[in-house]
Amino acid sequence: MTRKRRRLVLVLACGAGIGSAAALALSAFSDSVAFFVSPSEIAAKAPPPGRSFRLGGLVAQGSLTRLLDGGRPAATFRVTDGRATVTVHYVGILPDLFREGQGVVALGEIAPDGSFRAEDVLAKHDEAYMPKEVADALKKSGHWNPAAGPPPPASTWNTLGTGATGTGATGGAASLANSAKAGG
Amino acid sequence: MDASTAFAPPVKPPSGGGRNLHRFANPGRFLRLSGRVLPFVALPGLVLTLAGLVWGLLFAPADWQQGDAVRIMYVHVPAAWLASAGYAALAACSLSSLVWRHPLADLAALEIGPVGAGATALCLATGSLWGKPMWGAWWVWDARLTSVLVLFFLYLGHIALTRAFDDPARGARAGAILALVGAVDLPIIKFSVDWWNTLHQPATITLTGAPTMYLGMLWPLFLSALGMTLGFVAIVLARTRAAVMERRLRTLLATRARQEAGQEAGQEAGQEAGGIA
Repeated sequence: MTRKRRRLVLVLACGAGIGSAAALALSAFSDSVAFFVSPSEIAAKAPPPGRSFRLGGLVAQGSLTRLLDGGRPAATFRVTDGRATVTVHYVGILPDLFREGQGVVALGEIAPDGSFRAEDVLAKHDEAYMPKEVADALKKSGHWNPAAGPPPPASTWNTLGTGATGTGATGGAASLANSAKAGG
Repeated sequence: MDASTAFAPPVKPPSGGGRNLHRFANPGRFLRLSGRVLPFVALPGLVLTLAGLVWGLLFAPADWQQGDAVRIMYVHVPAAWLASAGYAALAACSLSSLVWRHPLADLAALEIGPVGAGATALCLATGSLWGKPMWGAWWVWDARLTSVLVLFFLYLGHIALTRAFDDPARGARAGAILALVGAVDLPIIKFSVDWWNTLHQPATITLTGAPTMYLGMLWPLFLSALGMTLGFVAIVLARTRAAVMERRLRTLLATRARQEAGQEAGQEAGQEAGGIA
């Protein structure tokens, strides 16, 4: 019994040691573990011009302009995290998921005029999954404008049209409007 | 007290078995029990996986912005869950092997490794196939993807290390230590999307909030995950049973070979003794 107890204590002590070592190492390198920096982090401490890094945030509503740059598709848009905003220029094909209100990660560098020159743009989708009918019902009822940001709380839409809250997508949207009134 | 009892091993050999078989007294019960349980795990696993995949791949609604590409989720998410859960099981077996010296835990850990590595490979492959059309990249070095890749290498390392020794007990011991050290990767995988900026989205299904997924998509995902989990358990059970039987057979053969050698030696000794007399 005592030998087993001793082995258990030894294993637990080793586990605590390894765990705290890993935690210390990861928190020390947390800047380099992060995949991208947000606009407000750039506003607080801008990376030196010419250094390549990744910028992440939401594409601001109404900020996207698509252009042609020497026959190639190009785009200008603003990336925001709600507190700060960075203007991004990109020449190339944007991913299918790219739209206003969508999360994006752009790889590039700060130009002398303070804007961000992107070499590559990745779309970052959020953790919400819904069919087209539900998204349409939310948009029509005015509960969600996808260009403005992430969808409303899941409990208001994840059973829409399944019979749990209404008879169809529109019935669900109606009950959604009622519950929103009751809640708000 | 005479000499024969004084030098006898302190462990009483069980009736009806050799001393080597004593180690597997418990595994004998495991064989009987698992043999009875196995069909009740394997069959529902197969049926639920098929039902979940058919529902998810053919009938569940497409996502409003991802379209049909979202259906990769019905394979990717269960594979990712099993990659982590399999490693947690591996770590639990390793703990019980190191601390309580449970003989079955070594065998189970040995057999979980390749199955878990397969789940992790499936998770990485389907994730890559999903990432290209949605994110625009096959692979990025963000914290979630990298920590799962590390998990895959931990599995591979465990598979190699446990099989690298002539003495299986030493291999099991080294593998158990590796598995426990590697378990530090599990919370990193789980919380990577919350602790750091990642391209991978945070968890859809959480303990605290409503799942941010339409119910018509959540049900097939749940069936597929449950079915694949039962399938994982069934494969590990079957592999462990085979491993127990293989060890038993080896022990039996070794015992018989030793007895035969002993008899021959005894006969020769007898003849010599007869010659002298």
